[in-house]
Amino acid sequence: MAQNFGSKRIVVGAHYGFKDWLSQRVTATLMALFTVALIVQVLMPGAMDYDKWAGIFSSNWMKTLTFVVIISFLYHVWVGMRDIWMDYIKPVGVRLGLQVFTLAWLVGCAGWAIQVLWRL
Amino acid sequence: MTETVKPRRTFRNIHVTQIISYRLPPAGIVSILHRISGFLMFLLLPFIIWMFDTSLTSEISYGQFTSVFAGGIGPVPGLFFKLVVLALIWAYLHHFIAGLRHLWMDMTHAVTLEFGHSSAIVTLALSVLLTLLLGSKLFF
Repeated sequence: MAQNFGSKRIVVGAHYGFKDWLSQRVTATLMALFTVALIVQVLMPGAMDYDKWAGIFSSNWMKTLTFVVIISFLYHVWVGMRDIWMDYIKPVGVRLGLQVFTLAWLVGCAGWAIQVLWRL
Repeated sequence: MTETVKPRRTFRNIHVTQIISYRLPPAGIVSILHRISGFLMFLLLPFIIWMFDTSLTSEISYGQFTSVFAGGIGPVPGLFFKLVVLALIWAYLHHFIAGLRHLWMDMTHAVTLEFGHSSAIVTLALSVLLTLLLGSKLFF
């Protein structure tokens, strides 16, 4: 069999996938719990207006949960988007460029969302 | 040393441009829509955070947020934004339900062909049904 270790090792980009498979499920579960928590609070009695909506996110536990969900989201989307680029974009340079863009974009978006949350 | 490893069957990824020419089973449709809905939400991320921002920051920005959907911005009518949100609602629901299907199959080792088929149909139908239900709140 051909040598596949040391400098001859076939380098793959996904670390054989177990960590990503697991993190994808853990982050998804967190986001699903957040969704349920949000829907329950939206459905509480009372007309939907700014006070109710902002009130939902200003409680301390909801702020903390939202913060955790933003970070989970960041990682979840990174794994998913990296899979898409690895499957469809074959030229290494273009793929690397898209991956770097995705990371920078996601970190930027998470920063924006956290800033909104922190202002409340 | 003799070669003992048999050549493995290789699996190809269907390229996005080839989707149309394949006749996929329901589970395959759910799978590719899982990917497409995720990509769609990634693309619309700035819009999602803009909604999060304007709806939460102040009472004034909340007013701007609702007026975009009622009256639009400049030449872009409010209906356009409602349709974008409708697409987002579908993408979220499909991704959510397809994800639950994955979690269920992981936890119960439900890997029969029948389960894959029937749960895929449930996923497709339920996501569209809930989209219509929630989407109607946008328009009426």
